[in-house]
Amino acid sequence: MSEHVDPTAPLQGEPSKSTERKLRKEARVQIVSYFLMIFMTSLAFFSIASDAVDSSFAIPFIVIVGAVQVVMQLYVFMHMGEKGTGWINTMIWSGILIAALTVGALMFLIGIVKY
Amino acid sequence: MAEQQASTYEQLPPNPETATLDGRNKYLGFWFFLGGETVLFGSLIGTYLGLRAGTADGPGPADLFHLDLVFIMTMILLTSSLTSVMAIINMKRGSHKKLLGWMWGTVILGAAFLGFEIYEFYDYYQQGLGFGTSAFSSAFYALVGTHGAHVLFGILWISTLLIRYRNSGITLTNAPKFNTAVLYWHFIDVVWVFIFTVVYLLGIGG
Repeated sequence: MSEHVDPTAPLQGEPSKSTERKLRKEARVQIVSYFLMIFMTSLAFFSIASDAVDSSFAIPFIVIVGAVQVVMQLYVFMHMGEKGTGWINTMIWSGILIAALTVGALMFLIGIVKY
Repeated sequence: MAEQQASTYEQLPPNPETATLDGRNKYLGFWFFLGGETVLFGSLIGTYLGLRAGTADGPGPADLFHLDLVFIMTMILLTSSLTSVMAIINMKRGSHKKLLGWMWGTVILGAAFLGFEIYEFYDYYQQGLGFGTSAFSSAFYALVGTHGAHVLFGILWISTLLIRYRNSGITLTNAPKFNTAVLYWHFIDVVWVFIFTVVYLLGIGG
């Protein structure tokens, strides 16, 4: 980038060939993972909605499927796996850590007290 | 419209959203915010899981939840996440028109989701689940309602961007803004996937 760039001027030109290739590949990855997520959501839905699956299996199963989907969203749709995302990973994972501790603490603390 | 070109190169920058210091700061700062949002939703989910058995003789999860309706809502929100991804890919290609088109698609899907959620709450209210009916109802409305408020805010945010930049072209100023709004939208989707599992599926199955 040159020093005197007007950031409000419309960008012109074409993406470079390597960028275009990367974008095309990315679009494919995104669409495939979208269908994967649809599939996982449907799987979780049917394991609860139908009586075919025993609930002692279905409950841990849907929680794991939900967690996998969250991680996929973060790394595929939100690009958390790219280069230069060290701080971003630090922030979101410390958020998730505190959230997990909060969920655990609240569940067991309020859940046990008779309200 | 500015006379100068934003770039002296013939090629677009590969990542217009982080090409300037301003853009990089927005990107980093927004993730900091998302880390905090995670904790907000974590505390609401924890409260819900702690209180969900306390129905106080009112209607409980298994009496109320329409799993099929919520399943459709989840599909709508997942699809809106994909359309916003396509918007950013087209932004990197330099296509302003397609960026706006995909983003409008996202807004419409978000509005459909919100419509279903309003219907859902109305229906529960009709069945006797007020905010103060039981510990379960307060925790449920607080959690799902906070998520719904986030969806509403996302719709307003993206619509504002779309109207403001309707014919400005893609610039180094607005690329970070679109990118941030899309990150927010994905985050809403992430939270919903978790709510779908923890509130609705567990509410019926567990």
